[in-house]
Amino acid sequence: MSDTMVGVYVFILSCFVGYHVIWGVTPALHTPLMAVTNAISAIVIVGAILVSGANSSSFGVFEVVGFFAVVLAAINIFGGFVVTNRMLSMFKKKKS
Amino acid sequence: MNPDIFSLIYLVATILFIFGLKGLSSPKTALQGNFSAMLGMAIAVVATLCQPEVKNYEWIIAGIVVGGVIGIVVAQKISMTAMPQLVAALHSFVGLSAVLVAVGTFQTHLNGSHMNGVLALELGLGAVIGAITFSGSVIAFGKLQAIFTSNPLVFKGQHFLNLVLGIFILVGLVQFIYEPSWMPFLVITGVSFLLGFLLVLPIGGADMPVIVSMLNSYSGWAASATGFTLNNQLLIATGALVGSSGAILSYIMCHAMNRSFISVILGGFGGDAAAAAVTSSAGKNVKSAASEDVAFVLENSSKVIIIPGYGMAVAQAQHVIREIYDLLHEKGVDVRFAIHPVAGRMPGHMNVLLAEAEIPYDCVFEMDEINSEFSTTDVAYVIGANDVVNPDAKNNKTSPLYGMPILDVFKAKQIFVSKRSMGVGYAGVDNSLFYYDNCSLVFGDAKVTCEKILTALKSS
Repeated sequence: MSDTMVGVYVFILSCFVGYHVIWGVTPALHTPLMAVTNAISAIVIVGAILVSGANSSSFGVFEVVGFFAVVLAAINIFGGFVVTNRMLSMFKKKKS
Repeated sequence: MNPDIFSLIYLVATILFIFGLKGLSSPKTALQGNFSAMLGMAIAVVATLCQPEVKNYEWIIAGIVVGGVIGIVVAQKISMTAMPQLVAALHSFVGLSAVLVAVGTFQTHLNGSHMNGVLALELGLGAVIGAITFSGSVIAFGKLQAIFTSNPLVFKGQHFLNLVLGIFILVGLVQFIYEPSWMPFLVITGVSFLLGFLLVLPIGGADMPVIVSMLNSYSGWAASATGFTLNNQLLIATGALVGSSGAILSYIMCHAMNRSFISVILGGFGGDAAAAAVTSSAGKNVKSAASEDVAFVLENSSKVIIIPGYGMAVAQAQHVIREIYDLLHEKGVDVRFAIHPVAGRMPGHMNVLLAEAEIPYDCVFEMDEINSEFSTTDVAYVIGANDVVNPDAKNNKTSPLYGMPILDVFKAKQIFVSKRSMGVGYAGVDNSLFYYDNCSLVFGDAKVTCEKILTALKSS
């Protein structure tokens, strides 16, 4: 099986996992869900790191491109997780 | 090191992300879930830094520090009412980041001269989806932040233009597969930026929850496409999780508004033009009530349901409402909150605003949970909601709202509606609830009205 086909398998199966996990999320937490998926989708930082760190010697236009990609993804990761944490800490039960 | 080690570590990160999302099934486990996702991300980043392909660390670390500081500061400062804007802005960053990664990866492969058709398709798709996510989210952000009007911007030939641009991108993509060079790559990326702008411009404020969810989904697909270009299963799997999450949320929002996804995408719904088309309400009378009357009825009832809408958030009335809730709760009144899926500007927005005002989540209910309760309720108090309580959606086949699921507020013994004026909701439709015998309107700003009710409750 080629790498691309492995990717297609992983992709389709993950969609099914996502489908089942997300329907289980309580509607009350849909906003935190969006914030956390936002942070998670910043996993593109893996690609950004690979682009940014590809050359040890030269520092050219593509390292700058990689640098900005890392910055943008990092804003998402930190911003997304922190704001999710802030929201979730506000959900409290009735004091009995 | 054996590359399989990295694959194994990435698998662990993927599993931690899945547990993270699973944690959100209940507020009790949600914080734990968030930590699990954080751990997954930390593992993924550290593992990537250890990859032999990474030869240069200074700029990566600098980028993470700069981005981290910006992200943390913004996330700490942002107000909860501004959450939809923040999420839209963050989506745009993922999109742009994906485009930049595609640009960089393309350059690497050109140098190594192992470009082929499949890789070109993956790179092209990554850039196209990333670009549409970026520019679409920028417009969504601008509309939510009220930098420009949230009214739908429609012009003649709009859909035709979008179609032409879409076909142009497809043709360019095919061209790029046959001849992987900078020219077609940059052209399709540029046109995709333009298409993203044009796709979101015609969408009105009321449809924003769907659009924000849709862009959430796109940001996931963009990550998946990036994963294909890098042959990285972690990115593919994670992107698919996020993509399906956004898609499900879009579906839930469309369903709650009784609109098809296509009609939302085509846009032009809501805004001033629609609001002008008010059906004639002449000859029908509404009753109005003073806030003191509301206070009196509230404290003498045994079961009260409060229905908050986006108007409550605009008026910043949630904290006063919490005080009313506390007082009534002390007096032994059963007070609950009912939330329609499209209340607020993004899915679940109202729940967060109530939680911020320290209203316990176990007295906040979703539409399906609470609809059967209205017939045994003494008072239903609607604050800043309109279309989602309009009985026409159930009873009037000629209403544009017909078929939309609503909160069955009209079944309550007594209904109070806090309203600024007799204006119409987003759909531009007259609300027949206001003319019911058991309904009284309380005119005025929601916060001022609630403050008056609170004062009256305290002095009694």
